[in-house]
Amino acid sequence: MDYFTPEQHTFMKTVRDFFEKEVNPHVEEWENQGIFPAHQVFKRCGELGLFGITYDPKYGGSGLDYWWTAAYAEAMGGSCNCSGIPMAIMVQSDMCTPALHDFGSEELKEQFLAPSIKGEMVGAIGVTEPAAGSDVFGIQTTARRDGDHYVINGRKIFITNGTQADYVTTLVKTDKDAAHHGFTLIVVPTKTPGFSVARKLDKVGNLSSDTAELVYDDVRVPVANRIGDEGLGFIYQMRQFQKERMVAAFGAVAGARKALDATVAYLKQREAFGKPLIAKQYIQFKLAELSTQIELARQLNYHCARMIAAGEDCVRETSMAKLASCRLSREVADRGVQFHGGYGYMNEYPISRYRRDSRLGSIGGGADEVMMYIIAKLENYAA
Amino acid sequence: MKIAVIIKQTPDTETVVKINDAGNDIVGTGVKYVMSPYCEFAVEEALRTKEKLGGEVVVVSLGPDRVLETIRTALAMGCDRAIHLKDPAYEGGDGQATAKALAAALKTVSPDIVFAGKQAIDGDQSQVAVRVAELAGLAQATIVTALEIAADGKTAKATRRSEGGGEVVELKLPALISCEKGLNEPRYASLPGIMKAKKKEVKELKPAELGLEGQVGAAGAKAKRVKLLPLAERKAGRRIEAETPEAAAAELVRLLREEAKVL
Ligand SMILES: Cc1cc2nc3c(=O)[nH]c(=O)nc-3n(C[C@H](O)[C@H](O)[C@H](O)COP(=O)(O)OP(=O)(O)OC[C@H]3O[C@@H](n4cnc5c(N)ncnc54)[C@H](O)[C@@H]3O)c2cc1C
Repeated sequence: MDYFTPEQHTFMKTVRDFFEKEVNPHVEEWENQGIFPAHQVFKRCGELGLFGITYDPKYGGSGLDYWWTAAYAEAMGGSCNCSGIPMAIMVQSDMCTPALHDFGSEELKEQFLAPSIKGEMVGAIGVTEPAAGSDVFGIQTTARRDGDHYVINGRKIFITNGTQADYVTTLVKTDKDAAHHGFTLIVVPTKTPGFSVARKLDKVGNLSSDTAELVYDDVRVPVANRIGDEGLGFIYQMRQFQKERMVAAFGAVAGARKALDATVAYLKQREAFGKPLIAKQYIQFKLAELSTQIELARQLNYHCARMIAAGEDCVRETSMAKLASCRLSREVADRGVQFHGGYGYMNEYPISRYRRDSRLGSIGGGADEVMMYIIAKLENYAA
Repeated sequence: MKIAVIIKQTPDTETVVKINDAGNDIVGTGVKYVMSPYCEFAVEEALRTKEKLGGEVVVVSLGPDRVLETIRTALAMGCDRAIHLKDPAYEGGDGQATAKALAAALKTVSPDIVFAGKQAIDGDQSQVAVRVAELAGLAQATIVTALEIAADGKTAKATRRSEGGGEVVELKLPALISCEKGLNEPRYASLPGIMKAKKKEVKELKPAELGLEGQVGAAGAKAKRVKLLPLAERKAGRRIEAETPEAAAAELVRLLREEAKVL
């Protein structure tokens, strides 16, 4: 049973070749530097068509169905030797542009979406704040209307691509008295006076991706930079989160399979007690269990892809997929390190980087508990 | 400029192939097929030639249905149209039978230049390209690592790799160039390219349409593969035990020279 078409396989090979030949050789260096050259790498991603898979050809997209996004995220997660760069790329393809594509004005799309799809601009998504992460509702960054401008004040934290971005799709409060309808999404060019990077954050994993704290101090941007309607930002962002969570799930499963394969390869050549370690039935059974769980998560992701491609609402399934896939990647990582023994604790072994990187999945893009909250709500457990 | 490129679909280098019960072929099921890597250099060089001198790139391949996927990859990389020699009668040929079919197909294109891989990574025979050049009456340079085509498209200068060194030859076009690693860095099929490839023409030609009935495939072959030998089992590595690093290095050099005979 093959879920992908021959053309999608060709595309997946392109993605894998790109990461194996053009990205992986630099991963070591970029991880050490704590940053990768986003403009350079994104240009190539743009040429290969990674940023506009489902987007309107009018803006340079390919206008394809969701299976192509699944193919992309799976191939990327399964081939890149770190998680930071795929995350940075997915910010541009599925996190800071979906609302812009679906609700932005023509001019705004010409100005920011088309160059993002081409890979000529680097984007970021600014939702999280020092005092509000899971509780998106609690953000405090404000935008005040002043003629045909908005004046933005506040701080954003943990922003991927934050030190290199050309623009930040920023969630702000435009009406502090209105509840869900008090939020707005605004595209903020990072060259605007008053915008600054407070600091590049020092992380545990995803080291090649730069993460920043951003300051908005009387940042004036034209009202025309608003995505869609004033007051609908929260709703747009909730929709946008669906895209983010789904690619995270696909990436997590592909990464887990890659890590399990690496562990198997290690166990086949590591001898202990006179035989390769893989000969131990206990080890084989643990691997078999994890392999089964990876397959289960993968199937749930494909189920989501089917629903998304059919245009069905699948917040419930997407939340489950993100929860299951990201949790599983942590389990595979921990078991992988365990079976590598001391070598798994050494930075020179890929499994140790994977263990650091995979920890983020259950926190970013909505923590595991936020997924559980959504699922519990949709299942009516509180009623 | 009329540019043609002949490509072959082969099992992926990472595929573990099994030999069939008859012992004369590999088991096809479960095998992942790709474009033979040397053919990728050929496609890339064809595209670069078009980008420099203008014209059209026609890709030609022989093989069953599954080959269409590889043809589409070449189209997605940027080739303009394709000819697929697809018929049960083409199967089971040797280098000569295959070259005959390809040369006849190329005649319908009348190319100024033809690119091919220096060899296919499955059969490793390095026969088809040279035979095609011979049958089609083309000048040829094999194992090419650098190529310069004159702006007027009449001559070309090719650098050939030869054991330890190289050789530069001048050719009159039309010519065939068989491509070696190092000639270029093949591009990938971009997503927009993959989408465009769907709409490009892939023309199928039967042996009768080439006037080659009964002369291609097994019927046209002069040599027949009777047996495939399995890959030798890789021997386990050996650990060199020595008191000092110097002694270990000396022992390693001795083994490389006397046992492995690689020094
Ligand atoms: C490397 C990295 C990159 C990031 N990139 C971006 C980015 O580009 N843009 C952006 O906007 N944000 C980004 N984030 C932020 C990320 O989305 C938030 O960290 C995440 O949403 C959690 O928010 P928080 O850190 O404020 O944790 P908090 O909201 O303080 O939550 C802390 C913990 O409490 C628990 N918890 C939370 N809510 C509940 C609940 N309802 N019930 C029970 N338990 C709960 C969870 O275990 C959670 O992990 C990034 C974060 C990291 C680490």
